[in-house]
Amino acid sequence: MLRWLNSLMAGLIGLVLAAPILVVAGVSLNAKRSLDFPPNGLSLAWYAEIFTDPGWRGALIASLVVAALSAALAVAIAFPLAWFIWRWRAPWARAFEVLGMAPFILPPVITALGFLSFWSTAGQYGEPWTVVVSHAIFFVTLPLVTLSLGFGAVDRSFVEAASTMGADDHTVLRTVVMPLVRPYMISGFAFAFVLSLNEYIVAYMVAGFTLETLPIKIFNALRYGYTPTMAAVTVLFVLLTAAVFGLIARFGDLPRLLGAWIKPD
Amino acid sequence: MSALVLDGLTKRYGGFTAVHGASLRIPHGQFVCLLGPSGCGKTTLLRMIAGLEEPSGGQLLIDDRDITATPAHKRDFGMVFQSLALFPHLSAGENIAYPLRIRGVPADERRRKADSLLELVRLPGMADRPVSRLSGGQRQRVAIARALALEPKLFLLDEPLSALDAKLREAMQIELKQLQRRLGITTIVVTHDQREAMTMADLVVVMSEGRIRQAAPPMEVYRRPADAFVADFIGMTNLLEGEVTAPGRASVPGGELVLDGLPPHGRALLSVRPEEVLLHPATASGGQGSGQGAVANRLAGTLSFVRDLGASVEFRIDVSGREIVALTRPQDRPAVEPGAAVIVEIPAEACVVLPPEGGTAGERPS
Amino acid sequence: MIRRAPRSLGEHAPILFPALMLVVFFVIPFGLMIAVSVARRIPGGFYEPDLVLANYERFLSAFFGGVLSFSLELAALVAVVAVGIGFPFTYRLARLPRAAQVRWLVFLLSILSLSEVIIGFAWSTLLSRTAGITNLLVAVGLMAEPQSLSPSFGALLAGMVYQAFPYTVLVLYPALARLDPALVEASRTLGASPVKAFFTVVVPSQRNTIVATLIMAFVFALGCYLLPQLLGRPQHWTLSVLITDQAIYQSNMPFAAAMAVFLVLVSLALVGLSLLFGRKEEA
Repeated sequence: MLRWLNSLMAGLIGLVLAAPILVVAGVSLNAKRSLDFPPNGLSLAWYAEIFTDPGWRGALIASLVVAALSAALAVAIAFPLAWFIWRWRAPWARAFEVLGMAPFILPPVITALGFLSFWSTAGQYGEPWTVVVSHAIFFVTLPLVTLSLGFGAVDRSFVEAASTMGADDHTVLRTVVMPLVRPYMISGFAFAFVLSLNEYIVAYMVAGFTLETLPIKIFNALRYGYTPTMAAVTVLFVLLTAAVFGLIARFGDLPRLLGAWIKPD
Repeated sequence: MSALVLDGLTKRYGGFTAVHGASLRIPHGQFVCLLGPSGCGKTTLLRMIAGLEEPSGGQLLIDDRDITATPAHKRDFGMVFQSLALFPHLSAGENIAYPLRIRGVPADERRRKADSLLELVRLPGMADRPVSRLSGGQRQRVAIARALALEPKLFLLDEPLSALDAKLREAMQIELKQLQRRLGITTIVVTHDQREAMTMADLVVVMSEGRIRQAAPPMEVYRRPADAFVADFIGMTNLLEGEVTAPGRASVPGGELVLDGLPPHGRALLSVRPEEVLLHPATASGGQGSGQGAVANRLAGTLSFVRDLGASVEFRIDVSGREIVALTRPQDRPAVEPGAAVIVEIPAEACVVLPPEGGTAGERPS
Repeated sequence: MIRRAPRSLGEHAPILFPALMLVVFFVIPFGLMIAVSVARRIPGGFYEPDLVLANYERFLSAFFGGVLSFSLELAALVAVVAVGIGFPFTYRLARLPRAAQVRWLVFLLSILSLSEVIIGFAWSTLLSRTAGITNLLVAVGLMAEPQSLSPSFGALLAGMVYQAFPYTVLVLYPALARLDPALVEASRTLGASPVKAFFTVVVPSQRNTIVATLIMAFVFALGCYLLPQLLGRPQHWTLSVLITDQAIYQSNMPFAAAMAVFLVLVSLALVGLSLLFGRKEEA
């Protein structure tokens, strides 16, 4: 009885979580330029339009480029910081860790407004590359968290063993630590990539008028009337996101990454 | 020929001193065991020798060269860790070849060396086995082979056998000792197991509370313990407190002992190994011609407990409220049962006179 | 390799780049925003450095007082609903077989990382007249005519709970995954039914986790900047929406910054509080 209720609850929650996406998926298959559900005729034309329409294609490319570059920059910032905190006894360095966590915990509007003030003061307002830097800072939390977990999981006796065998700091990092934290680094990159791909407010405030990423494009389209292409893009996004997390789950330890580990003692 | 010299090595963590001025001289080719209970500072001392802890004071010299400030990766020592620290992302062979790889040794030469080391530790053909698929004993051997890959000047092992079960541990102790003898490499092993130390060591260094209590060959540590701690830690012993009554005479609970080496007056602390204690039924008089002083060195008591340990029989005797333990071979077992009145005979040559309790030959521990 | 305090410049080198990046691109923008919040606005979209508190005085008006109290109440409601559903759900989730857990986590992460734009669009479609769930109700004969359910407060609440739910679950997940199953087993052997065990053992033992999660979900909901525009009516606009509106459409940066500073203070105070509760749990 209780087991049955539990399954019912889980099923219901799953259904509600999936419902908006299922409806949007249905809408995206409409044959005509209308948002009907169930769809009025079936067609994949709206998916084709993402790639053929220069506006949508441009936005897709812009989003992917920004996401890839900003995720790489976020990892480049997070890796040395997480390594330094793990490698050395430097309690003051924790202050930078807190700085790295802050943008993710505070309401996003605040970070967005901070960047808007900064880039306009610096005279770079509207430059596409400012979105890359802004997203890298905004999402640096994710690789920072995964890498801190990753370094924390490296047994220090590995490092000591390597150093007794003649490895200096750099060699230890390259030959022992790196191979062990690589899955965590890739996860951090993937998290930052996916979130940057979906990010709206920071991108919009920093360069919304010059660089149209996909979320900005969808939002603008929302204001000028709905088209099934938006639905198709949404479905594409959901699939892409699920695929990335699926890959993390496949090659990494997702429950552990999300904090479900038992302390060894 | 000089060797490894520890000169007043000290390690302090804040207000806590883990190692108090350890001084020791280890000649080439010796097998040394750092022995003591947990928390005695033996691992800290080993880690200072390896370069994994910075000494707070003192010096470390090898062949008269000061290496106190040399980082671990420039010392060319081989070390086996308690956790073994085998790299999980490398195979057995790659683990062994790791020190060669980071020195740029070509792959085929690395492979040859790894194979011959695997042969040395009796694991031929295991080079490609992932570390996770090795048994406890095999992992042990791989860790040893890896530490020996560079033919190190010094071979350090931190409780290397503690994860193995009792049978395998004994076998590995013998194997490790044979290997060390064959290679002639100066070796330092940390252990809390006195049997292990007795099995392997040329030199046993007994530590407690951060201090070296005694450094001597195993049998000397056993027969001539430097203080009460060593006597008690190495094997079982009876500690008797006595009062010197006349030159060469001390009164102890239950009787009087006549022996050499007593202080001229005052209190005396004696250690007697249980297997040296002789036990007689109270009715019988005299041992097997054990001595002139018929009354001296014989204490009257009551047998309180007997247990059969297979290879020996243990007797616990109540002598004036103090317990004395005696050990005999089964075939020498006297015909006494618990509750019987017995005579405990302590031969003069079995007694070791120790410095008074709470102090060592040196300063008092703080 | 000895873990000690770094001494030479070379040992400090790795942290230079991250520290520089975080200071230049986070601390300085943050400071600038505070500076802008006390700047004087020049009509036409610009401002000049000054030290006026006029921007802060403005939210003492009845209108902004109303917006603020609505924002806080809405965020609180979202947090309570999300934790109310999320806690029992996460408790069950953490006890599923590993493969099933991973599937759920992938699903939840996918929804969590969806843009607010997409969530807003999806929910407005789901609640619309032409494609919405009312069509289903019509189809099974429960309703005569399909109708639009959005914009409305209900639509806004649904959208925000939808967005906050995966976040809530992922915040609760570590604590509930580490919960010792022997606790519940012990209470079961003492005669508690599964439901009773949940309410008498699991919930009380996680009281601080629940409070900390409520606060985190509250801050998360407070940050919601688009859903009120897409799913609610103008009277449902929250502080975050208003900040965006002032900064972009009204070109009143100083006022937007002042509101943002205020929002930071509220959020920081709450995050600090949640850390306090989180720490208590560990002790």
